[in-house]
Amino acid sequence: MNQVNRLKGGQIDRSVTHRFKFDGKTFEGHQGDTLASALLANGVRLMGRSFKYHRPRGVLTAGSEEPNALVELRNGARQEPNSRATTIELFDGLLAKSQNRLGPLKYDLLAINDRFSNFLTAGFYYKTFMWPAAFWEKVYEPIIRRAAGLGSLSQLDDPDVYDKGFLYCDLLVIGAGPAGLAAALTAGRSGAEVILADEDFRMGGRLNCESLTLDDQSAPAWADDVVAELKSLPNVRVMHRTTIIGAFDHGIYGAVERISDHLIVPDLGKPRQILWRIYTKRTILATGAIERPIAFENNDRPGIMLASAIRTYANRFAVAANKKIVIFTNNDDGHRTAKDLHAMGVEVCGVIDVRADAPRSLDYEVLHGQVVDTKGRLGLKQVKIRLENGNIRSLDCGALGVSGGWNPNVHLTCHQRGRPTWRDDIAAFVPGVDLPLGMSVAGAASGIMSTTGALQSGTDAACAALSVIGIKSRAITIPQTEDAPVSIQPFWYVRGCRRAWIDLQNDVTVKDIQLSHQEGFRAVEHLKRYTTLGMATDQGKTSNMGGLAIMAELAGTSIPKAGTTIFRPPYTPTAIGVFAGRHRGQDFHPKRLTPSHKWAKEQGAAFVEVGNWMRAQWFPLAGETKWRESVDREVLAVRTSVGVCDVTTLGKIDVQGAEAAEFLNKIYCNGFAKLAVGKCRYGLMLREDGIAKDDGTAARLADDHFVVTTTTANALPVYRHMEFVRQCLFPDMDVQLISTTESWAQYAVAGPNSRALLQKIIDPFTDLSNDAFPFMSCANVTVCGGLRARLFRISFSGELAYELAVPTAYGDALIRKIIAVGAEFNVTPYGTEALGVLRIEKGHAAGNELNGTTTAQNLGMGKLVSKTKDSIGSILSERAALTAPGTLCQVGIKPLNPADPVIAGAHLMNEKGPIDAAHDQGYVTSACFSPNLGHAIAIGFLKDGDLRLGEKMRLVSPLTGIETKIEIVSAHFIDPQGERLRA
Amino acid sequence: MHSLKPVTALGGIEPRTDVFHHLSIIENDGLALASFAARRGFELECQTVLKGLLGVVPSVGKAIFNDPISGFWLGPDQWMLTAPRDSHELLADIVKNECGAAASMSEQTGAWVCFDVIGDALLAFCERICSAPIRQMQGGDTRRTSIHHLNCILIKQSAGDQIRIFGPRASADSLHHALFTTATALA
Repeated sequence: MNQVNRLKGGQIDRSVTHRFKFDGKTFEGHQGDTLASALLANGVRLMGRSFKYHRPRGVLTAGSEEPNALVELRNGARQEPNSRATTIELFDGLLAKSQNRLGPLKYDLLAINDRFSNFLTAGFYYKTFMWPAAFWEKVYEPIIRRAAGLGSLSQLDDPDVYDKGFLYCDLLVIGAGPAGLAAALTAGRSGAEVILADEDFRMGGRLNCESLTLDDQSAPAWADDVVAELKSLPNVRVMHRTTIIGAFDHGIYGAVERISDHLIVPDLGKPRQILWRIYTKRTILATGAIERPIAFENNDRPGIMLASAIRTYANRFAVAANKKIVIFTNNDDGHRTAKDLHAMGVEVCGVIDVRADAPRSLDYEVLHGQVVDTKGRLGLKQVKIRLENGNIRSLDCGALGVSGGWNPNVHLTCHQRGRPTWRDDIAAFVPGVDLPLGMSVAGAASGIMSTTGALQSGTDAACAALSVIGIKSRAITIPQTEDAPVSIQPFWYVRGCRRAWIDLQNDVTVKDIQLSHQEGFRAVEHLKRYTTLGMATDQGKTSNMGGLAIMAELAGTSIPKAGTTIFRPPYTPTAIGVFAGRHRGQDFHPKRLTPSHKWAKEQGAAFVEVGNWMRAQWFPLAGETKWRESVDREVLAVRTSVGVCDVTTLGKIDVQGAEAAEFLNKIYCNGFAKLAVGKCRYGLMLREDGIAKDDGTAARLADDHFVVTTTTANALPVYRHMEFVRQCLFPDMDVQLISTTESWAQYAVAGPNSRALLQKIIDPFTDLSNDAFPFMSCANVTVCGGLRARLFRISFSGELAYELAVPTAYGDALIRKIIAVGAEFNVTPYGTEALGVLRIEKGHAAGNELNGTTTAQNLGMGKLVSKTKDSIGSILSERAALTAPGTLCQVGIKPLNPADPVIAGAHLMNEKGPIDAAHDQGYVTSACFSPNLGHAIAIGFLKDGDLRLGEKMRLVSPLTGIETKIEIVSAHFIDPQGERLRA
Repeated sequence: MHSLKPVTALGGIEPRTDVFHHLSIIENDGLALASFAARRGFELECQTVLKGLLGVVPSVGKAIFNDPISGFWLGPDQWMLTAPRDSHELLADIVKNECGAAASMSEQTGAWVCFDVIGDALLAFCERICSAPIRQMQGGDTRRTSIHHLNCILIKQSAGDQIRIFGPRASADSLHHALFTTATALA
């Protein structure tokens, strides 16, 4: 077979031939073909198997509404299931495979399902797979999983890249058929910023598919001329291969532009597709209309297509669906197909029209009747007709074009819950009154079905839309072309049919709809879910109308009263990759690197994600294979000599202004107004309800200048909170907040030798002695011969410790300097694990303890809440429930057996008695192994914990079978008197 | 003179430049930045100071390019000032001396990475990286925007084919990666 069905003409480029494979067999087509048109040209009608019954199926349509001809396109990691053959642009080397079969397409072993169709009707799974219960997991579920779904995934990572982008315009025109082209041309000539988008690779819509003329030009030639003019205008952006996938709030549209899908592979570095967000002042929806079929017995055979699709294949792709074609119609448009085919030399064996007053023809037989059956399992061979007089006739043919009328393509008008309205004259739904912001509808999408009407409505809509936004425009002169009225007799299905399909993709039949009605699922939303009508990848584009018309008839109501379901984005299936864009793998979210990151990487540090930050977790030395070896060593090094840790990530907020101190008095529950210049103070921030929000330090560098720190995780929430307080609660206060987290590289230098080390870095005019710079001091200093820096004597570890900050650009140089000069003290870099162990040993609260449920009192800081000033949270912190006896109190926990671990998250139970929620005494928040103490330790909360030091209890985790004997101790395991940090 | 050498935001000794045929992405390591926030009751005085420094006070969404100090609007009575780092490394202190207690200044140099992007494909580039309406922006227009989930500031320079992007310094690598891959996609 070699393009046996090619006709003359069309809009393909015969000078370019493409070789492609379908199910392993090689075929040829031309540039401008789709996969479907090329297969039809080669005489291939069988293209897939239906979802449930595995019936042989061929292509039904010529557009993105296709329900049957779904293929797996490409192979390897780029394999994509459920690709519609009707929209795949043919390219050389294309590989496609049919779907949903076991064995070859022609001999699908699962076709046996069709024999059990009586058992596989709508909703059968609600009545089956129940007995025996044991079969569900081992038998039924695997079978259903194997059978369910359409197509298969490669299971490999998508190797393509996808971009995203943002576009702005005055007018977005969706659809480049006659109405859309007229609208775009009108607006383009007016100077407005216009975007014209069409999902096809060739603009023109139905103009490319019809044999009509516009003035003295063929319809495609007119379309080409208009597109050329539009492309020449600098204010117009013409977007081929771009599907507007959804109408979103505020006049924003999502659009997927297919950059590389028509190439065998994308060019290196180029995206496969781009997801555009289009912000437009006005929109014209010119998406045309989609033809609908009629249901009759065995209406799903390969070769049975929409009549307009057969016409499209003939006129645009120069392909005859078959040498012998029959048409079945209820409206004049079906006859248009017959006329065009006849003019091209294709044999029209007959036109079957349900109307008594159907137009006659001298070129082919027009019969008043209905198609009642078909033959030809793997491809149509014959249609059986019941004539109006009751006689039965058969016609041999290889293709049947069915036309049941046209549905305006109203999808996007419904994306924000708009409901279409019914029009009797065209027997179709048209857009309702509630449209997305700024949208108007033109052409067939609004129910104007003639070419003249579409052109006129397009230019009129553009003028009206531009007028609203103050742009003057002039309507274009409409060319002379057809202006036929709609003549239709509503006809949805042939009575008496037993196996007649409504939703081809989900294998939903007329009988299923009758069953749904019988079982009480009569509302259209129930009909949809019970039968799965309209729930496949085509969203029921060719089936919704027929389904609800039948339900309306069964329910004895009118079609508009039966109602419609809601179309939702995306308009057509959209690759998840394009929603992800570049945000995948390592680029899923941006990284924040500390100033010492490069140096830490050179040391072989293990890193951990802390939000977006990459923090060094520990620094393994050669020979250390387990993380505990490194962490234990780092902890011991800090307590015996000196360690350095990058603490840049902690939030730093500059608080300045004449009332900066007063402001901090509001923010923190403890007092700051009297904090002297050159001093730091620990601050506890409460929420309005009295619960602890965050803690940190505030350092007073001048009367009107503080530097406030926050925990890493809360840097943004605290800053936001402080801005809210500044702007909304105390707008009259003179205070300014500036985030400086990233402005300064900051290192903690901790341990008995920390002062000695820093004396080698900080310029000598700063006296670091304990008298001159006691615990909780701060100052502007200089380092290394004059670089500005800030020094804070604060300690998270409980050791003699400082934090030294320099402008970020010098952070890398500073860490290297610290390591170099600290060599004599065996300075040890330590990471977040050691940082955590050190603070647990000291008993400092951190995020685990400030967990959104704990109060200052729980943390053992009840006295910190000042009673002499008002601050956020102070009043509600005194609520009776928060201060009643039995309140949780922070305690330390150690195992009685030093070899036992202690697990964070475990609960505390009395030494004897039940282990259950009713007897719960508290829980563990932080736990670690203490290399200084030689056993596990933990911090947690215990009811009346401050009164229970020394008590023996049980630490339990019932879910994981843990029960450990423990003792309650002070949370300050190391240096409880604070002598080391005050040294 | 101190002995510590700075590195650029991308971690190099020298700033990085990526040249494509249609676009160049230049890491601009030569700027000092300082935030300027007027204190209550001193708003007019601050306007005078800024006028003296910049010639014109940047209005909402605008940047003023002056020599040596430029500036752009950040929020009500808040601006960011920039100047050559070589001559104005202590920009925050320099301006603080001018305004005294009238304004709160903070050194911002270390918090930002700056990329200048120049080239014919600039408009298409901007459309891919952020939602700033670049085709409608005039020279000096400034927008807060999001690039690859990073809060950035985009300034359209006076010259039509150049923009300046300020992004968070700690994410300089991620931001650069986003710009670089977009430029590659447009090549």
